[in-house]
Amino acid sequence: MSAHAYKKKNPIWDWLTTVDHKKIGILYLVSGAFFFLLGGLEAILLRVQLLYPEFDFVGAATFNQLLTMHGTTMIFLAAMPLIFGFMNAIIPLQIGARDVAFPFVNSLGFWLFSAGGILLNLGWFMGGAPDAGWTGYAPLSTTSPGNGVDFYVLGLQISGIGTLIGGINFLVTIINMRAPGMTFMRMPLFTWSSFITSGLILFAFPALTIGLALLMFDRLFGTQFFAAEAGGNPIIYEHLFWIFGHPEVYILVLPVFGMFSEIIATFARKRLFGYSAMVFATALIGFLGFMVWVHHMFTVGLGPIANSIFAVATMLIAVPTGVKIFNWLFTMWGGKVSFPTANLFAVGFIPSFVLGGMTGVMLSVPPADYQYHDSYFVVAHFHYVIVGGVVFGLFAGFYYWWPKIFGTMLNEFLGKLHFWLFFIGFHLTFFPMHFLGLMGMPRRVYTYLSGQSLDEANFAASIGAFLMGIATIIMVWNIIQTAIKGKKAGNDPWDGRTLEWAISSPAPEYNFAQTPLIRGLDAWWLEKRAGNKGMVPAEPLDDIHMPDASILPFIMSLGLFIAGLAAIYSMWVIAIGGLVLTVVGMVIRSVIDYHGYHIHKEDLPAEGGKGK
Amino acid sequence: MQMKRWKNVWRFLPLLSVIALTLTGCGNEQLTALLPKGEGAEMQFNLMMLSLYIMIGVFVVVALIYTIVLLRFRRRGEDDNEIPEQTEGNVVLEILWTTVPIILLLILAVPTVMATFALDEGTDNPPEDALVIKVTAHQYWWEFEYPDLEIKTSQDLYMPTGERVYFELASKDVLHSFWVPTLGGKMDTNTATVNKMWLNANEPGTYYGKCAELCGPSHALMDFKVIAQEREDFDAWAEKMQNASSQAATDQAQQGEELFANSCIGCHAVGGEGGNTGPSLTNFGDREMVAGILEHTDENIKAWIAEPGEYKPGNNMPAFGDQLNDEELDALVAYLNGLKVEE
Amino acid sequence: MRAEEMSKLPANPERATLDGKNKFLGFWFFLGGETVLFASLFGVYLGLRNATNGGVTSNELFELPLVFIATMLLLTSSLTSVFATMALKTNHFKRMIGWFVVTALLGLAFLGLEIYEFNHYVHEYGHTMQSSAWGSAFYTLVGTHGAHVTAGIIWIALLIFRNMRRGMDLYTAPKFYLFALYWHFIDVVWIFIFTVVYLMGKVG
Repeated sequence: MSAHAYKKKNPIWDWLTTVDHKKIGILYLVSGAFFFLLGGLEAILLRVQLLYPEFDFVGAATFNQLLTMHGTTMIFLAAMPLIFGFMNAIIPLQIGARDVAFPFVNSLGFWLFSAGGILLNLGWFMGGAPDAGWTGYAPLSTTSPGNGVDFYVLGLQISGIGTLIGGINFLVTIINMRAPGMTFMRMPLFTWSSFITSGLILFAFPALTIGLALLMFDRLFGTQFFAAEAGGNPIIYEHLFWIFGHPEVYILVLPVFGMFSEIIATFARKRLFGYSAMVFATALIGFLGFMVWVHHMFTVGLGPIANSIFAVATMLIAVPTGVKIFNWLFTMWGGKVSFPTANLFAVGFIPSFVLGGMTGVMLSVPPADYQYHDSYFVVAHFHYVIVGGVVFGLFAGFYYWWPKIFGTMLNEFLGKLHFWLFFIGFHLTFFPMHFLGLMGMPRRVYTYLSGQSLDEANFAASIGAFLMGIATIIMVWNIIQTAIKGKKAGNDPWDGRTLEWAISSPAPEYNFAQTPLIRGLDAWWLEKRAGNKGMVPAEPLDDIHMPDASILPFIMSLGLFIAGLAAIYSMWVIAIGGLVLTVVGMVIRSVIDYHGYHIHKEDLPAEGGKGK
Repeated sequence: MQMKRWKNVWRFLPLLSVIALTLTGCGNEQLTALLPKGEGAEMQFNLMMLSLYIMIGVFVVVALIYTIVLLRFRRRGEDDNEIPEQTEGNVVLEILWTTVPIILLLILAVPTVMATFALDEGTDNPPEDALVIKVTAHQYWWEFEYPDLEIKTSQDLYMPTGERVYFELASKDVLHSFWVPTLGGKMDTNTATVNKMWLNANEPGTYYGKCAELCGPSHALMDFKVIAQEREDFDAWAEKMQNASSQAATDQAQQGEELFANSCIGCHAVGGEGGNTGPSLTNFGDREMVAGILEHTDENIKAWIAEPGEYKPGNNMPAFGDQLNDEELDALVAYLNGLKVEE
Repeated sequence: MRAEEMSKLPANPERATLDGKNKFLGFWFFLGGETVLFASLFGVYLGLRNATNGGVTSNELFELPLVFIATMLLLTSSLTSVFATMALKTNHFKRMIGWFVVTALLGLAFLGLEIYEFNHYVHEYGHTMQSSAWGSAFYTLVGTHGAHVTAGIIWIALLIFRNMRRGMDLYTAPKFYLFALYWHFIDVVWIFIFTVVYLMGKVG
């Protein structure tokens, strides 16, 4: 209701209460980057411990904590929020929306994620981090002494709720908030893949919620779900975890597939080859992603029938994935490909990910998997997919959208140095791991004995990890340099194709002064080719409705954080107090009306969202 | 400038695999899955190779298109402002790269399913005369029981060659996974269910076994050995095990036996007598390794008994360093080393 | 003023605004997630329903008459919430509130029966969350449903309390409508619990 939208705000209060998707996107990106550095540091420590056979650097107990936290941090606290960061920063711009469907829920999702992430990492300072692997298999996790696993269970539970509501927000945003003319089959591939990812989040995360809840009950309330001596069965946890866990892989990788589709098309100056095949392949991968979880459990003893069915289902996923690879290649075919850092990562991704896909098909063969399973071969495979796919994609997206998000240009020389060091380090680390696994090295071992021919490949892998570390430091240096004296970016530095490049960098608070009319796929490219300087508006200039900022998401998340921390130490009164704080936040939100406010058309800058 | 960089990458990738292979070969003969020495491992190895060849075929096609794209379709300089044709796609190509992979996967799927069933064959009803071994995993050691022969041993698994030996796998505490890469793939040992599999060693030899499921701090050290012998040697060993004596031969060993009876027998059995929370030690003197990871020397045995947590962090054996003096430790070692059935 | 506004409300006030449409769609998605949540719990329950650890079995424990009454209470409450929704769509605020009050009271009665039932099992049979894996699965599944009922009652009480005086408008209509959706969902879950837990526990 406040008339003056531009009144000065305290910056800290502003960031704590913001419901602007672009700012929430930046919050996600910053915290995701922080956890990425933390998870990377953990990885470096792991590789130092494995430099030499029987080397003593951090020791067995700490090693298990490091490997658990490395996996958990990278998946849940780095990759997920970075993807959510890009989704927040870019999707409303790509579909021509002023906002997301639920700005309040969006902010709540971020604060729940960060509350969970911090809680998860508190273990390091409060008697030991979780040490049962990122999978947290019972009964190792239910019987693990100390509080480490409690931090894992409650931290992930809280951040998982944040992820779930974030997913719902994007589903509704993409369905209901598209600009006129932005039909489903005109949506950019990043929006499409994020849409499908949000659907996967919605149907996958509740299984994790239950798995974690049962672990928590067994640990805190003495239930017997996974205690064989009272009739429990730990295999149930494995099922629940992987019913979530396999879709999670696609949750991570589909959005970056979308990013690659846009980056490759932009820098080839060509329309994406086989757009509808790409959309269909993405949807198919998402669907099949729910049918294959047992391939993580081939050695559990479910019998040859189950193993065969899930093996064939798993092989099927290779088909739509292959379709994507060929469509990317043929997008570049006949194009005019340039290689700034963003496209270097996209182009470097293709052979790296193909290798990961190859080993993926190899792993789908159950008898062979009996050898690969839980060996370094699997470690090699999923790092080829997650680093070669997801991390390369996040880096590509980072260099590509940085100007749109922050309004400056990153240094290209440092960027290219970052790419080459990272690319070489990546292959040097993970390629030898295939052989380590086949030569009999199980994963998650804190050391290996000398005289088993495992020394050289381990040494090479560690050197590669250090290279990736140096590459990451260069990226951080690039960010600092750019933040201090970065060159201003224009609206459209890459000759982009999609709608976000039609507006100023960074986008104004209201994104579009007038909602644009979408006249085809690659809407902005079409207008540029038609000689237009901006998008054609779909509505007259009018007052713009904006949502109210709110501190409640922060307070509600704080309540769950307090409840989780207190529950770990069985301080039930405080735990209930924390829950009450959260519920009170919900009640206030429900009882007080939030009608938002308007930015008056007279207050809009002259050119509005038309860009230049 | 950029061209040169690309060439470097292409030199780099194959180089890397060559480095990895030449430096390490195919790994340690007793450990690697790449030099299979058993029926199961051979079936698995053949499938690995089949899938690898198919995948290399795919990779070559991708690499070829990729190289052409990178060489032919790059932008020439800053002022290359040509707008390429905006192709929508190509239905024939889409059908081609959908159907060809499906055919390739069918070629892989058929032998896959056949081998999956073959590896499970007979595990529920092993043949009458087959040897069945019950494997029980513990943090961080392995117990092997031969129910028909009424033998129990630990850490060293003896089995005959040239026949399928059937296994029943379970765990006492947390999940573990039983893996002898040279003989065959792994199978988890669960707490609530019993898993079954078979292994068949082609030739006599010693093969390394590992735990492949994270099971606690000393997961990395939960090693065991498989000692495969010709059938008659195995039978001879089994008979000796059945008649193993726990009698001490010397005075020193006699003293050790008394100590053992006071301090150790609650957890460790010898010749069927004693507790079973720790490994049975009936043929301890025959073992190549102490606790699966230390060389079998008197010093290592003493060091282990004095401070087991030092060598396998988090294991359940209490430290006896404070309770036993050097002389007592020597006696215990003498007794333990006398517990052997082989010459 | 109020009365005027009410008469001006369109036919489906819960979906007349973009905000209402978003809430409507978002809540359906939320229920989709809840479905997976309960499906997981049902899976766990089916896996452990015979794991009685030597204790009391489901056949000895369950008394169908009690459960039947509970089921009837909840089914009836679902019906009354349909009446409330119909009143909402035709802009009869007072009638809607009335039916929602009946719905909440029936929910409370159901909850009372459930508390009695749990108490009975714990004290008469020693059947607890800790006594067997089946006990853990039973209390977790049925208890999670009970927690949903409790949350629903608090929710509708709050909505009624907050909006009693101001009546219905395009801002409040979606809120009431979502509650009705939620309540139907809970009811459907209970039908599955009745079948899978109680009927199969008695017969299967």
